[in-house]
Amino acid sequence: MWQLLQIELLKIFRKPRTYISFGAIAVMVLIIQIALKFDGKSYIEFIVGSLQDSLDIPYGHILNGYFVCFVILNLLLIHIPLLVALVAGDSIAGEANMGTLRLISSKPVSRTGLLLAKFTASVIYTALLLIWLAIISLVLSILLFGTNDILIARNDALEIIRSNDVMWRYGLAFVYATLALSTVAALAFLLSVFADNSIGPIVSTISIVIVCTILSEMQIPLYDREIKPFLFTSHMLAWKGFFYCKVDAGGTAVSGSIENLRAIGKSSLILLAYILGFVSTAIWAFNKKDILS
Amino acid sequence: MPLLTVSHLSKKFKTHTAVDDLSFSVEEGDVYGFLGQNGAGKSTTIRMLLTLVKPTDGRIEIFGRDLNRDRKQILQEVGAVIEKPDLYKYLSAFENLSLFARMSGIRPVRSQLYEQLEMVGLAGREHDRVKTYSQGMKQRLGIAVALIHNPRLIILDEPTNGLDPQGIADMRNLILHLSRHLKKTIIVSSHLLHEIEQISTRMLIIDHGKKIIEGSAASLIDPAKTRVEVEVTDPQNALAKLTNTPWIKYYQKTHLNLLVFELSREKIPDLNRDLVELRIPVMAIQAKTSLEAYFLSLTSSKQHVAAFAD
Repeated sequence: MWQLLQIELLKIFRKPRTYISFGAIAVMVLIIQIALKFDGKSYIEFIVGSLQDSLDIPYGHILNGYFVCFVILNLLLIHIPLLVALVAGDSIAGEANMGTLRLISSKPVSRTGLLLAKFTASVIYTALLLIWLAIISLVLSILLFGTNDILIARNDALEIIRSNDVMWRYGLAFVYATLALSTVAALAFLLSVFADNSIGPIVSTISIVIVCTILSEMQIPLYDREIKPFLFTSHMLAWKGFFYCKVDAGGTAVSGSIENLRAIGKSSLILLAYILGFVSTAIWAFNKKDILS
Repeated sequence: MPLLTVSHLSKKFKTHTAVDDLSFSVEEGDVYGFLGQNGAGKSTTIRMLLTLVKPTDGRIEIFGRDLNRDRKQILQEVGAVIEKPDLYKYLSAFENLSLFARMSGIRPVRSQLYEQLEMVGLAGREHDRVKTYSQGMKQRLGIAVALIHNPRLIILDEPTNGLDPQGIADMRNLILHLSRHLKKTIIVSSHLLHEIEQISTRMLIIDHGKKIIEGSAASLIDPAKTRVEVEVTDPQNALAKLTNTPWIKYYQKTHLNLLVFELSREKIPDLNRDLVELRIPVMAIQAKTSLEAYFLSLTSSKQHVAAFAD
């Protein structure tokens, strides 16, 4: 298994397409950082809305590296699934298209082992993509904007988390984001088993994520009850929960607390169930598949 | 005991039967020619031998073991090139070879990889990306990949597809080298009889997924049935002149400007002489081997010729 995983990682990281995602993330993050560097105040005014009339907003302190990173994650984590699909959707269908699938499938390795190695490699790629995102969105933002307390806007309220209470939340948020994006990778991976070129699974994955995201965002009571709780897209943004603190009687965020850890745990389990379901189905289908490409 | 035994193998794709109750065996040291028209079921059979396609029915034993049960152990001793030698184009030949060696269960040292690449004539280009290779070079790299783990059985599916004449000759010589000097057992599929005829010790002809005949090349040759193709400028006129001659009974089909006869080899000079005496302008006479005539008479190409007939 380790041998196969090494081979799969070699294949992923020797393919030029892999680096498109890293480049795209760098460009998008830099664009946001430049915009906030030159006109961060307008953005903060936009998110605090009418509260700026009743509160004295210390713009200079709010526009710091932690806050910029939070903004970047809010803006980007919804789009990164597209980049994950590029690699995961290509993992089997791309080999079928190249003709290498028949060669690797005729080697003395089990199809299940081969698929698990491929999926693990996709997850490692996803994690590295997020580490890269963390480096340039968090580390670079800290270098550019410095550190301070972070302001979180929640519905009509503002929450302030102390600067010494932030880093562990980012750590957990990135771990959760890896899980969420691995779900997308698992979906793309499953679709990849049924295709003979990578365009189909990549486009299908993106379409499914878009449709499910739209359903997750719809404010229709029937869907809220019957559909949304079961859509994986409804749970992909639960990383934000790590930045929602319990508040004390005076309305101040309690340091080191998470408001609803149970909900994050439940979302994690749902995503894990999706991953398990997608990967198991992929293995079942691949083991039955006649390789004719 | 045969090295490979296929018993009552069948494969159905929905309503289409690609392989139909096929049985054959390959002995150790054979260069086994697997012959049939395009679509005859050769590739499907080979894919079943390599576990790429699951049989609908039947049994495959390789090295005395059941392929379904001992897949991993068996495939460790099998090397294959399946149709085109598709490899990772963004990797070098060296990296491809190393990668597939590890997938085959061995950890090759660098010198072993270089030696293998040298053997197939890729020395000096080992570190170039495969996307810069010609079709012939890719085919040779495919062979290196098939051989790197020193397999007992080598399966080559249409190995000369897409090669130029020099590439075809090189491939033929390589197969003969593997057989004669390295004592490998080789299964070679092709739709080209003359290729198989030059290298195989035994052969199997299949058509529409069914076995037509199996045996040594020598035993399949029938000297009484040589197919002679005569190219003429006016086939209608030539045929009219031949109607009242004994040759008409050997006449088979016409194909464009060809008159096709099936007769014993020693009668060819007589046919040539009579054509001249009948003042039939002859552009060319070509005698196909009797095996080729036999192959064409057995397989569906006969129908293809008929489709062009007057």
